[in-house]
Amino acid sequence: MKTALKLAYRNLVGAGLRTWLNVIVLSFSFVVIIWLKGIMMGWDYQAKSDMTDWQIGGGQYWHEQYDSFDPFTLSESHAVIPEQFNKEIALGDMVPMLMVQGTLYPQGRMQSVTIKGIDPHQNLFLLPTHRLDTVVDGIPAIIGLATAQDMQLEKGDLVTLRWRDANGTFDATDIVVVDIFSSNVPAAEASQVYIPLQTLWEMSDMEGEATLLTFRDEDEERAEVQGWVLKPKEVLTASVDKILKTKTAGQSVFYIILLLLAMLAIFDTQVLSIFRRQKEIGTYIALGYTRREVVGLFTVECAMHSILAVLVGALYGIPFLAWQAKAGWTIPMDAGDFGIAMAQTIYPVFSIGLIISTVLIVVVVTTVVSYWPSRKIAKMNPTEALRGRIQ
Amino acid sequence: MDNNAIIQIRELTKSFPMGKSKFTALSNINLSLEKGEFTGLIGPSGSGKTTLLNIVGSLDTPTSGEAWVLNQSIGSLSAKEAARLRKEKLGFIFQSYNLLAVHTVFENVEFPLLLLKIDAAERKKMVMDALEWVGLTDKVKSKPPQLSGGECQRVAIARAMVKRPSLVLADEPTANLDAANSHHILQTMVKLNEELKTTFLFATHDDKVIGYLRRKIYLLDGKVANDEWVKDYHTVK
Repeated sequence: MKTALKLAYRNLVGAGLRTWLNVIVLSFSFVVIIWLKGIMMGWDYQAKSDMTDWQIGGGQYWHEQYDSFDPFTLSESHAVIPEQFNKEIALGDMVPMLMVQGTLYPQGRMQSVTIKGIDPHQNLFLLPTHRLDTVVDGIPAIIGLATAQDMQLEKGDLVTLRWRDANGTFDATDIVVVDIFSSNVPAAEASQVYIPLQTLWEMSDMEGEATLLTFRDEDEERAEVQGWVLKPKEVLTASVDKILKTKTAGQSVFYIILLLLAMLAIFDTQVLSIFRRQKEIGTYIALGYTRREVVGLFTVECAMHSILAVLVGALYGIPFLAWQAKAGWTIPMDAGDFGIAMAQTIYPVFSIGLIISTVLIVVVVTTVVSYWPSRKIAKMNPTEALRGRIQ
Repeated sequence: MDNNAIIQIRELTKSFPMGKSKFTALSNINLSLEKGEFTGLIGPSGSGKTTLLNIVGSLDTPTSGEAWVLNQSIGSLSAKEAARLRKEKLGFIFQSYNLLAVHTVFENVEFPLLLLKIDAAERKKMVMDALEWVGLTDKVKSKPPQLSGGECQRVAIARAMVKRPSLVLADEPTANLDAANSHHILQTMVKLNEELKTTFLFATHDDKVIGYLRRKIYLLDGKVANDEWVKDYHTVK
């Protein structure tokens, strides 16, 4: 083995440019595979963390009639906040939210919106609800950037809002856009108007009622409450998980292509070696190598290619990946258009496990692939190989 | 079997399949070589000399008959045993040198010693001795593509001789060399044969080589046509 290692090393170093070309292709595969997986992990982490910060907290209680995919359920999905939550709400660890269907009339157009009543002093979400304390000529409201762009609204704009109260009576008033926020969570932005909860209670005649109750602590064990459905965080992020799973499948295709590229580089080297180096193989045998030892030598050479590729990959990959983790990858299109929680800039997350597993997979796969063409050596007639006659 | 013989061949036949028929390259060969001989298998292309050399070198096996080399029957050796015989006892010199192109001269000559697992210091000494025999101590770091044909063949001789083999098999060693280089190479081999008592067996049809042989075995159509010893042989020409 020691001899094979020594000879393989000499062969690799001696082959010069051919070795380095293979090593660079392989190292590129390593780095890109790790980068892609890092992006997926970063996206996963970021999507969930943004959803937590802007939309779902540590989990929610939904009114039993509430269906997030059906706005017509909003008129029925509200009830008095259960007393057992009062203490948690007072401590700021639970935020009630009342949701009412409404219509906004920006620039003379009519746009359906969901009016969300929220406590201006909450700090569970990153929403700038403190701005709802602003005194203005109308109801202070905050909207997301997506809504602002869609409705051509700017900070300070006065716009008419119409809604229907608990008795089915339509009413309208003016709201003032006191702040426009930008999140990476489309569901927190698109067609949503946030106003003070107390104001919405008065507007809708639903005093003390809520549609959603968002709690902070996701680890606390929670009981079922009559009339309300407990939605733990993992249930609320299930859609993101599903999308990421689909995306991961798509990425896996790319991952496999890269792996195939790495395998092709090694396979190509090996197949070429069998034909280009047959005189050399014959010489090894003439000088006392068994065929098995020659196969071993070629396999060790390939394993060394992979290890060299790891080192070369580390040389430019570590600074590149470190920079990416810091600077992130900015998606060259509007991420909001995708309709899921996705930041414009994704910060890849690289774990030691990810790096080690990727390196191991590529090294093992390329070594195994290299063994296959090497087996042809075992079938070579040494006297023909010595003369380089095998076709 | 003659115990003094380094090579003993009895009724050796070698045939190769050619479509539905077969081609007989060697037919009923009987030969015996003793230690220290400087002998050549001479004949035109297709006469079977390289086939015989390959069998003696345990790179091939006889179809029938027996070939004993250094007291080992070539036909009954396993692949591993044949490899061990080549590794420990035989040296090869090829027409096209067969040097490892990406290795230096030193590494090429060192190769057989690596296979014998000789320690580094001893290896270095043996390689330098071998390169001194062939006058290439100043080329240790050169690679084969940087050498002339004559120099390459001298490296090949050093590689064949470095482990002090009992038998060196040389297949058309001067075929790619000019006259001056051929004589230089052959003189080197004669010198090594005399100093180290190494047995040399050539396969050749080159008159320059034939002129240096002490024993000439003529092959024709796979048969021994003539086997003669040179009278009044002068050592270094």
